[in-house]
Amino acid sequence: MNAIMSRWIDDSRLMGIVFLAPATLYIVLLVGLPFVTALLFSVSTATVGDASFNYVGLRNFANVWQTPAFRDALVNTFSFTVIAQICTIILANILAQLLTTPLPQRRSGRIGMWIARMLLILPWATPLSLSVVGWLWMFDSKYSPIDYIFRELALLGPGTVWGPANNLIWLGKPLLAKASIIFVHVWRMTPLATVILMAGLSSIPTDLLDQAEVDGSRYFRTLFQVKLPLIMPIMLISLLFGFIFTFGDLTVVYILTRGGPITHTLTLPMYSFLVGIDGGNLAQGAAVSLFIFPVLLLVAVVLLRTASRAEVR
Amino acid sequence: MASLTAGPAPGGGARRLRVMRVLRGTFYTTAVLFFCLLAASPFLVMGVVTFQTDQDLYKRGASPFDYEDMPTLEHLDNLFNDTRYLSFVRNSTVTGIAVVVVTLALSLPAAWALARLTGRRGESMGILMFIVYLVPPTLLFIPLFRIIVQLGLRDNLLSLILVYPSISVPFSTWLLMGFFKSIPPELEEAALVDGFNRYEAFWRVVLPLARPGIISVVVFTFTLTLHEFIYSLVFISASEARTLSTGVPTELIRGDVFFWQPLLASALLVAIPVGLVYNLFLDRLVQGFTLGAVKG
Repeated sequence: MNAIMSRWIDDSRLMGIVFLAPATLYIVLLVGLPFVTALLFSVSTATVGDASFNYVGLRNFANVWQTPAFRDALVNTFSFTVIAQICTIILANILAQLLTTPLPQRRSGRIGMWIARMLLILPWATPLSLSVVGWLWMFDSKYSPIDYIFRELALLGPGTVWGPANNLIWLGKPLLAKASIIFVHVWRMTPLATVILMAGLSSIPTDLLDQAEVDGSRYFRTLFQVKLPLIMPIMLISLLFGFIFTFGDLTVVYILTRGGPITHTLTLPMYSFLVGIDGGNLAQGAAVSLFIFPVLLLVAVVLLRTASRAEVR
Repeated sequence: MASLTAGPAPGGGARRLRVMRVLRGTFYTTAVLFFCLLAASPFLVMGVVTFQTDQDLYKRGASPFDYEDMPTLEHLDNLFNDTRYLSFVRNSTVTGIAVVVVTLALSLPAAWALARLTGRRGESMGILMFIVYLVPPTLLFIPLFRIIVQLGLRDNLLSLILVYPSISVPFSTWLLMGFFKSIPPELEEAALVDGFNRYEAFWRVVLPLARPGIISVVVFTFTLTLHEFIYSLVFISASEARTLSTGVPTELIRGDVFFWQPLLASALLVAIPVGLVYNLFLDRLVQGFTLGAVKG
């Protein structure tokens, strides 16, 4: 009996299953099950008060598709995400280049670098909902510090380029509101992209860069023909993160504009929240949020292919 | 100065090099300072506003960075004593600690199993874990809301403790997998020879060696619970159960009335400690985000 017990305990395959089971079960119950529920909701008439299942086919999707607000949300979600990602990756590349430039090793330099690093990662480290409250003040219609700086630079106010008004009213005008939201996304994602790119840059073997220098390659040539191609896979990974986080984000829009003015800054997560939770129509809310899924699937496929290619190498 | 353009002149070359170095240093410092200022701007403004009197703050046209009156601690006092801020802090802390415990209990064994599963199966299961991490809460909050209502957990921190590990477990498992892979199986074998069974070997030999990974998971998971917004917004509407991420923007703003100084102070008070912790653990967190493509 004891021998069987100890063999049983020492079976490493069994141990693998025992160890993997809780996490797997948990994920199936809290990610898999809700996902299936979302699919079911989207083809039913579920509301907050009544979750009985009436199959209505694709009617929710059709209804949603015909709503102008939904069209706005769809277009905004894509354009916000794509524009924000392009800006983020450009800024992050510049910043990563700056921060990986070798400096004379002085004590004051190291402390300065530490403080700089702290300030630079604050946008990513701070809970988004709290830093966006900060931006709400920065974009305030009357007291905006940004407007003040523009006024001091003689760009805003009576008789100036952007005048005669004293305030730009960032969140009250469609185009400015969109720009503000994209800006906050870029501000927030750039630190993460930068540190990911820096990790990639520091993993480039130094003899490769020395070789380029011996061959007489100048800074920008080394940058574009050696460094950037080498960190391409990592850049892709950081883009994917940015894409997923921005695409599914509710926080920025919820706190800054709630989708306004009218529906000019509505996004899919915001619309899904307004319909599903505020409006109590779980079925249509689920249908809206499911439009995110194909994008997620696409990103997952790209990710898998990148990972498997990295493995081959 | 002619030597600036005529390079090869003896002595001039060295000076030109020095000028170039100073120029490059200045450019470098200016550029980094510019980015720092941009990144930190809302926090710097928060720091200024926190101590301003109402008269200083709401003065149209005047500089928002000036102090005409003496800096005041009145708004911090107000934040701590007249609002539910401390209860948000407590709720966030309780939730964070509980989620850390659940996450470790689930992801440590799972990561070990995946790390020791040899060949393609282990690898692809690992990547699957990572993809689960990428499923945005936006996709799941409506069905989960229904489930939470059904379980009677609305307005209860337990709802968050139940759901948050669905974000933290996949990422933590992925992160820990890398750590376990770097521990040679021979160490475990040696422990078995010494008379431990496999579970004891895991507990006494493997876990102590994976301590840096465990610390990263604790930091990552705790800050994740601080950051999360959607679930907290949807599951909890009673103000006494609110957490920091939703309590500050919903409860400290009453209708259209903004109490800007306490509001911005509350954000700054969270930003500083979290920023410090992120700075300390940055390299390890980045390792997780680069899919193991970069070995730190």
